Amino acid sequence: MRAISPLIAAVIPIGLVFGAVAATKGLSPAEAGLMSALVFAGGSQFVAMDIWTHPASWTGVGFAALLVNIRHVLMSASLGTRMGSFSQPVRYLSMLFLADEIWAMAEFRAKVAKLTPAWFAGLVGPFYLAWVFSGFAGAALGAFLGDPVVLGLDFAFPAVFIVLVMGFWKGPETGAVLLASGGAAVVTQHFVPGVWYIAAGAIAGLAAAMLTGKARDVEVTP
Amino acid sequence: MTVDLATLVAILSMAAATVLTRLSGLVLIRHVSLEGNRRKAIESIPPAVLMAVVAPTAFATGIAETLACAVTAFAALRLPMLVSVALGVASVAILRALGL
Repeated sequence: MRAISPLIAAVIPIGLVFGAVAATKGLSPAEAGLMSALVFAGGSQFVAMDIWTHPASWTGVGFAALLVNIRHVLMSASLGTRMGSFSQPVRYLSMLFLADEIWAMAEFRAKVAKLTPAWFAGLVGPFYLAWVFSGFAGAALGAFLGDPVVLGLDFAFPAVFIVLVMGFWKGPETGAVLLASGGAAVVTQHFVPGVWYIAAGAIAGLAAAMLTGKARDVEVTP
Repeated sequence: MTVDLATLVAILSMAAATVLTRLSGLVLIRHVSLEGNRRKAIESIPPAVLMAVVAPTAFATGIAETLACAVTAFAALRLPMLVSVALGVASVAILRALGL
């Protein structure tokens, strides 16, 4: 519960904001709640609201969701290697609830303890419910919320991610990864529309890790 | 409490896309072994992806966001997560109110 409380505190405002944005696009609270329940991926839901049309284009939002969430392939591959104590069906079931925050917390936990299905369920359950209900409530409350940007609530998740990034620090090698990833993401986001910057940053960071890894191998071999 | 058919289809299409991305990583590691350098590369994915997600906010949105990111990062060195996040949110709200 100690691990999940900051995530819940951060996800509720974001869920409310999503619901409120969905309401301005003409979605009913039921539709907004259903999207949060079935898609359960904040980034792609916000992008979908950005490009929402009437009637909705299923090819457009589906492809956007695929692009935004393509990072989940890497995340699920990475987290999958930590799920040694999960049976195969439980592993697949658990992975259906993969989200950035869940994944980051689980990777973080895996550094200090063995991941168990019970721990994972305790992380996912409250987070999932908070996301679905706050999305529904945001759409129902709509305009009553006030401007989330004035309150700084849109900053809650960037802040969570920054705290998590700091937790992954292992020394200069991590610095190289962060520098490459951050630089590539900023440049890509500036020149390429859409969400390619996440993929670009991930690949640049990966490349930096492989290069620094190689350089060190060369140093140790006489 | 209505659900429009076109909206439902759009939601299902998004859901299918996310399920595909979430499960394909698991399928991938069943067929490709992850040892040595590959393992090291995989371990660099978490910070790389997180950094890519926040970098535009941190460096290309505005002075208020950049400063608030710095506050959050420094706070994270010493303070618990919830406190660091709250400090970040509060500082972005204050800096925006100041017109930065």
